[in-house]
Amino acid sequence: MLQGWMQIALTLLIVVAITPWFGNYMARVFQDHSTLLDPVLNPVERFLYALSGVRAREDMTGWQYARAILYSNLVMAVFIFTVFMLQGLLPFNPTGIGAPTWDLALHTAISFVTNTNQQHYSGETAFSYFSQFAALGFMMFTSAATGIAVSMAFIRGLTGRPLGNFYSDLTRSITRVLLPISIAGAVILMAAGIPETLAGPAVVPTLEDPAIRQAIARGPVAHYEIIKELGENGGGFFAINSAHPFENPNGFTNLIEIVALLSVPTALIYTYGIFANSLKQAWLVYGMVMAIFVGFIIITAIGEYQGNPAVNTLLGGQQPNLEGKEIRFGWAQSALFAVATTGTMCGAVNALHDSFMPNGGFVTLSNLFLQIVWGGQGTGTAYLFTYLILAVFVTGLMVGRTPEFLGRKIEKREVVLASFLLLLVHPIAILIPSAITLAVPDVSGISNPGFHGLSQVVYEYASAAANNGSGFEGLGDATPWWNLTASFSLLVGRYVPIIGLLLLADSLSRKQVVPMTSGTLRTDTRLFTGVTAGVILILGALTFFPVLALGPIAEAFQIAKGIG
Amino acid sequence: MSFAREAGRAVRSTLVLWVLTAILYPLVMVAVGQLVFPFQANGSLITNAQGQPVGSALIGQPFTSDRYFNSRPSTTSYSTADPQADAAGVLKTGVSGASNLAPSNPALLERIQGKSDLDPEKAIEGDIPRLRKASVEPSADLIYSSGSSLDPHITPASARAQITRVAQARRLQPDQLEALITQNTDGRFLGIFGEPGVNVLKLNLALDVLKPFSP
Repeated sequence: MLQGWMQIALTLLIVVAITPWFGNYMARVFQDHSTLLDPVLNPVERFLYALSGVRAREDMTGWQYARAILYSNLVMAVFIFTVFMLQGLLPFNPTGIGAPTWDLALHTAISFVTNTNQQHYSGETAFSYFSQFAALGFMMFTSAATGIAVSMAFIRGLTGRPLGNFYSDLTRSITRVLLPISIAGAVILMAAGIPETLAGPAVVPTLEDPAIRQAIARGPVAHYEIIKELGENGGGFFAINSAHPFENPNGFTNLIEIVALLSVPTALIYTYGIFANSLKQAWLVYGMVMAIFVGFIIITAIGEYQGNPAVNTLLGGQQPNLEGKEIRFGWAQSALFAVATTGTMCGAVNALHDSFMPNGGFVTLSNLFLQIVWGGQGTGTAYLFTYLILAVFVTGLMVGRTPEFLGRKIEKREVVLASFLLLLVHPIAILIPSAITLAVPDVSGISNPGFHGLSQVVYEYASAAANNGSGFEGLGDATPWWNLTASFSLLVGRYVPIIGLLLLADSLSRKQVVPMTSGTLRTDTRLFTGVTAGVILILGALTFFPVLALGPIAEAFQIAKGIG
Repeated sequence: MSFAREAGRAVRSTLVLWVLTAILYPLVMVAVGQLVFPFQANGSLITNAQGQPVGSALIGQPFTSDRYFNSRPSTTSYSTADPQADAAGVLKTGVSGASNLAPSNPALLERIQGKSDLDPEKAIEGDIPRLRKASVEPSADLIYSSGSSLDPHITPASARAQITRVAQARRLQPDQLEALITQNTDGRFLGIFGEPGVNVLKLNLALDVLKPFSP
């Protein structure tokens, strides 16, 4: 057991070690300071801007920035929807896959343009290689870059700068962050065993009975795999995602994937610290999120390590729960991956969450509800600092002072926007569709009976609204009902908060800075960070506590009592 | 800014970034893979003496007989099918999948411990009775189905638990099998990350090389 904990601790140490370096690099990129890659990338970017008609130095207001996001994302969604519907006619389709149903194509297009990558299909049987690399892989870059751009605009606004230019941020996120790391990562993953080919499946006779054949699905996987994790996309090339030996063949690739999916949201907190000129506050917030994260990992890992009591009775001893898990990852790497992927809104899985013990169900759902245990690509960081603004307001009320954050007064408009974003949009996009789906007969697609069935439905909408994309995959979700209702949660969970965050940033960037006095409530202290943690857990979690009680908590009691 | 100008900029940016990230990047990576890592890039295929592929070093195969080390339960039978009766088209694309059974689902326990029923169609043999019948001590990895349904590994302990049975079927000494297991065990990365696993296909291929099965 100790060895398992050590693997987890060392992985987290690597993430922490990368944070200052990567966070500093991103700060330099988005402050237009010189970086190592300038001689190559400056001319490339000038060329890209010229082709796309972008004036990179033209600052946008909050509304302009939001409109640019909506226009570009709409164009991209229409484009990939068209590719899906025409894939039967397009090249690189060795298995001759035809067009999906329109509702599946719509859900997939929305799911990938929103950085969610919720999949109501199996990669092997639903999409051609062309659809995978030219449509889904395309969204993996642009949706992740959109998230980073939003966080940069938000951080700039919070620290009193103009918000910047969306197209410039989008392009630089790709050319300077996502693409260079992906190229290096893809080569490393290929060396480690991940395929990268345009050839179709290999069919071989099996060793035990040569009359029986095995079809080995392949494809251009390695280049797709790295951006899947780095961009917190999470949509697997194959049905079973990072549990598939061709997406994640060994302990080394698993380490690369976990570090890649944690690297951007962890580093963005440090980037904020540089922009705000307050690394102390950045590390305090970082430590707070890390503490929640570690707590969640411990809860999940203990559940998987102790295993299923009913099965342990049959085995005559305690053994880990390996249902839906791969030997090469075991309980420790499976639990770590599950908490990391739901916390960061990546959504890739290396073990099946549906088969986790209730501890894991509780944690993965909580991650989707909170959205800040590192959080989505860019948006998670923005939510985190929105929680800080709410905490400033709450503490300001308690001590009777005007709340200020980074020297800017927090007034009615900011509090309304912040609480609307964090306390209303998310529950609306999850709980209302969940309630309807559970109430309408024959549409839920629940595959596991009892309390777990409720978790399956809520998880699907929570995953959509949080733009995560993982699932309790037993759920029969390849239906028009699920495709359309989940699309609603996807859209509301993505674009309403993005618009709100940009407006909030815009309004903060225009405020007069109030000089700091001895009476100012300091936000870079442990006490204030502790209060923020309390605000997050109370405001963020209480809304959803009844669901957790009826789902994983009730299931835990059921298992403790004995299944039957 | 006018609608037309904003929309035009969105379309042009989309196309430019599409060529960069969705055409140039993947195709260059495919070229690198095929030129620099042809073995891995094409699926780590293992070939026999005649040069025919017999499997992948990374993907498991179904093994249930006494003369081979058995692999884990799989919901897709390791993406295999009889070519004469492949109505589901498994061999056309290849598949992966998992049981997705919750720990509280009675169907999980039925699958593991078996269920007797007057109707033989509804009876379930059960993973534990199946292993006991083959005189293999049941362990977690041999009764729980894997994540991908293609897991190439079993734990070293579960491989050793099968030594007696395979040694009897093949008329081999147990210590010869012990050595084969050690040779075909994939360790942790740097001795730290991941869990050790015995590659069942490679182990069984080595077994056939050591002593071809003769009934």
